[in-house]
Amino acid sequence: MILVSMLGFILIIIGLWGMLTQKNIIKMIIGFSIIDTGIHLVIVSIGYLKDRTAPILDAAVEKATAVERVVDPVPSALVLTAIVIGLAVTALMLVYAVQMYKHKKSLQINDFEELKW
Amino acid sequence: MVKRFFTFLFIIFLIYILFPMFYVIFSDTELNPLAANYVSAGPDELGSQNLVTSVIVTYRGLDTLGEVTVLFIATAGVGFLLKTKEAKSKKRKASELLQTGSGFLAPIIILFGVYIFSHGHLTPGGGFQGGVIIATGILLLMLANVNWKMNKTVLHTIESLSGAFYIVIGLLGIFLAGGFLDNRILPLGEFGTLFSAGAIPIIYSLIGLKVGSELVGILDNLSGEEA
Repeated sequence: MILVSMLGFILIIIGLWGMLTQKNIIKMIIGFSIIDTGIHLVIVSIGYLKDRTAPILDAAVEKATAVERVVDPVPSALVLTAIVIGLAVTALMLVYAVQMYKHKKSLQINDFEELKW
Repeated sequence: MVKRFFTFLFIIFLIYILFPMFYVIFSDTELNPLAANYVSAGPDELGSQNLVTSVIVTYRGLDTLGEVTVLFIATAGVGFLLKTKEAKSKKRKASELLQTGSGFLAPIIILFGVYIFSHGHLTPGGGFQGGVIIATGILLLMLANVNWKMNKTVLHTIESLSGAFYIVIGLLGIFLAGGFLDNRILPLGEFGTLFSAGAIPIIYSLIGLKVGSELVGILDNLSGEEA
């Protein structure tokens, strides 16, 4: 699981690098999605405990011994929330990109200089 | 060049911040007290086999309500920003293969979505995943029938009604059980069967319908003609 969280941190850094250096708006949105995925991996790995199984009680995991046998359910629940929010934010950002393209016929961030000073 | 240097510096700084988190993440060997309470008391209190579901829907139901609200606002924003014209589409007709295949597959995909969200308290899955699967089934139909006009009234009715019933069930919890979004307004039933865990399957079905109709709304908006 240390591999998963390391991968998550690497994805966060790659995504941030993409958001900071790329000029194309679509590529910046892709960078955001990569950061998002990395954060999900890190959150899931926070809840992991060694040699334990998923927090679903069935024939394999008894109710009485569940506390010693399952991983933390709270980070899993939080990552579910985070995935949905990430999807909503990405959709909204793409729609902004469409509107910006309609306005200037360009997706290069350098062409949008209204807020520059 | 200076900008690139600062970007590089910032990323190095970020790595420096993130690195100590490794020690924090991997220092635990036991569940923390909150999670241990959820795991030990959850099955008897709420009757849900899937503990992640009981955390999402009941213990932290307010978070889920906020999440649904964020998704709703994002959908509304997409619809507001993309005002599409009801123009006659000039798209090429879909191929015979796609049309036949979608007619066969779409009902099965939608049924699978319904299965996922109605069994959210028993198996890994739930309202959000089920809703997304339903939306993929509708996307397949939209790809196959390029001139198909979505019935917006039905879509918005499903979305509003499922959202309203979600709140109503949450409020019923205050009057009939322990608090807002408490699932014990219905009998808990036998542990591990479909009709168990009180109101959790109903709440998750409503979330599934709401998420499905919202995502279909986003897809419909994004596929429209330019105004």
